[in-house]
Amino acid sequence: MNWIKNFVRPKIRSILGDKKDTPDNMWVKCPETGQMVFYRDLEANMFVIPDSGVHMRMAPDVRLKTMFDDATWTAIDLPKAAIDPLKFRDQRKYTDRLKEARQKNDRDDAIVAGAGTIDGAEAVVVVQDFSFMGGSLGMAAGDAIITSMREAAARGCPYVLFVASGGARMQEGILSLMQLPRTTVAVQELRQAGCPYIVVLTNPTTGGVSASYAMLGDVQIAEPGALIGFAGQRVIEQTIREKLPDGFQRAEYLRDHGMIDMVVERKHMRATISRLIRLLTKAEALAAEPPAPDEETAPEPAEVSA
Amino acid sequence: MKNYLEFENQIADLEGRIAELRAVAENGDTESLDAEITRLEDKAQRALKDLYNKLDPWQKTQVARHPERPHCENYIASLISDFAPMAGDRKFAEDLAIIGGPGRFNGEPVMVIGQEKGHDTQSRLKRNFGMARPEGYRKAVRLMELAGRFGLPVITFIDTAGAYPGIGAEERGQAEAIARSTDCCLALGVPMISVVIGEGGSGGALAIAAANSVLMLEHAIYSVISPEGAASILWRDSAKAREAATAMKITAQDLIRLKVIDGIIDEPSGGAHRDSAKTISATGAAIADALLPLKHLSADELRKHRHDKYLAIGRDL
Repeated sequence: MNWIKNFVRPKIRSILGDKKDTPDNMWVKCPETGQMVFYRDLEANMFVIPDSGVHMRMAPDVRLKTMFDDATWTAIDLPKAAIDPLKFRDQRKYTDRLKEARQKNDRDDAIVAGAGTIDGAEAVVVVQDFSFMGGSLGMAAGDAIITSMREAAARGCPYVLFVASGGARMQEGILSLMQLPRTTVAVQELRQAGCPYIVVLTNPTTGGVSASYAMLGDVQIAEPGALIGFAGQRVIEQTIREKLPDGFQRAEYLRDHGMIDMVVERKHMRATISRLIRLLTKAEALAAEPPAPDEETAPEPAEVSA
Repeated sequence: MKNYLEFENQIADLEGRIAELRAVAENGDTESLDAEITRLEDKAQRALKDLYNKLDPWQKTQVARHPERPHCENYIASLISDFAPMAGDRKFAEDLAIIGGPGRFNGEPVMVIGQEKGHDTQSRLKRNFGMARPEGYRKAVRLMELAGRFGLPVITFIDTAGAYPGIGAEERGQAEAIARSTDCCLALGVPMISVVIGEGGSGGALAIAAANSVLMLEHAIYSVISPEGAASILWRDSAKAREAATAMKITAQDLIRLKVIDGIIDEPSGGAHRDSAKTISATGAAIADALLPLKHLSADELRKHRHDKYLAIGRDL
């Protein structure tokens, strides 16, 4: 923590390029084992606890850095949405909650979108950040999904979404629910344009987000241990008055029930997505990948008579 | 014994007195009582009208959930002839929380789909209180695709507290089923009309309501989460449901102002449950009106109509 952090307004701070929120010498506790890890070590390990393998939250810009070539990308301009048309107030005013989230995150809403290349292949990569009001889907996030999907459609390139969200933003009432069909329209436009849509479900993805664009990918990937589902666990327990099975609604559980394609560790994420993108766009395989079986030694396909 | 809502005390009193006077009148002296009965009936009628003209969102929630309110089955029985109910998602099971099948609306073949809550204990259990599992949504997708293939307009009746939150429902992909069903609605090449007849409970309602025209009954509600749910999450107190119902803007009157729905169907004085036949026939007329301008659009025009409509929501607020 230095004086710039303390006294300079967020906008200026971002120009100065000092975005680090956590000092290097801070300890982070593993939520599963309780082990204390140096923040520096966690950062070096892509925010995965080295011993337990727990995948911790990753800031959107850090995520984009791990995905794009040379850790560079062009930010996609996201439209401004109406603020608080319902004049919503619970225990606090929604505008106050929003202001606080904006200050804390130094960003207007939950979504960050960038365009760049992954191993030379053009792609749009989007992160829905749980740190911003639980990654909740309101009008701004809905418009951000639509705009970024249209950007990918216009470029004719794959769209990769890293999503974490508690669901619809209740403070925007029905207008948040309406983001389900709105974003689904954008998914249809993406399909129409022939762009692969790869979803990476990260911890946690639930509610209205899981019940719309986050479950409509051409490929559904999840990070290990991510909580994924429609209904919240407390609601389910209260409804059925039973204890939930071990691992319920976790990534591996969904994979075993046929609901997602694969569970991929963060260290393999970029290579997996790169491979999928190249396969689905019929691009050349990367040279570094294991070579395909030698054509000359491969067995001849059997003749099939008509 | 009639089922009065808690805020209908005055009506219950008046109607109770009318019933007593009627009982007395049957046993003799009617002359003097008739006038009094008429006076009380007028008074009750006026009180009912006044009360229902200014229901607050929480009172509307209770009206929308009223057990005697006409349900999906009632609408189908009155509005649809030759109804051929169809079962099953062809993947796992039949889900009786969602009814569907082809039938005739004003003589024209259509596909009808809707949530059914049930009307007594037995049927409520059978229908799982109108809370569908993934199978229900997958059945809806199957029926919508069938309608698309044969060019039948789709009419849906929305009445659910929400999709069922259970272990099996989650294991079989409740979220994905809802997402695919919404996806299917939006891709349909035939006209689609949805009517929220009672409760429009979140994604579980929307899954079969992403239509060209969405209508709501006057006292129906449509909401991202139940007032009780919002109260317990945002106020951390489920007793704050009235506040939550008000803050979330869940009434038909709120939703038409926000341009989320396309029309409101008036209910009889005292709500749909006081005159089912009148409510259902008004709904039938509204559906016919909504279908009319869509009939001549091509499949692509219908899709575009739906896409433009949803993309526009919230953009001019």
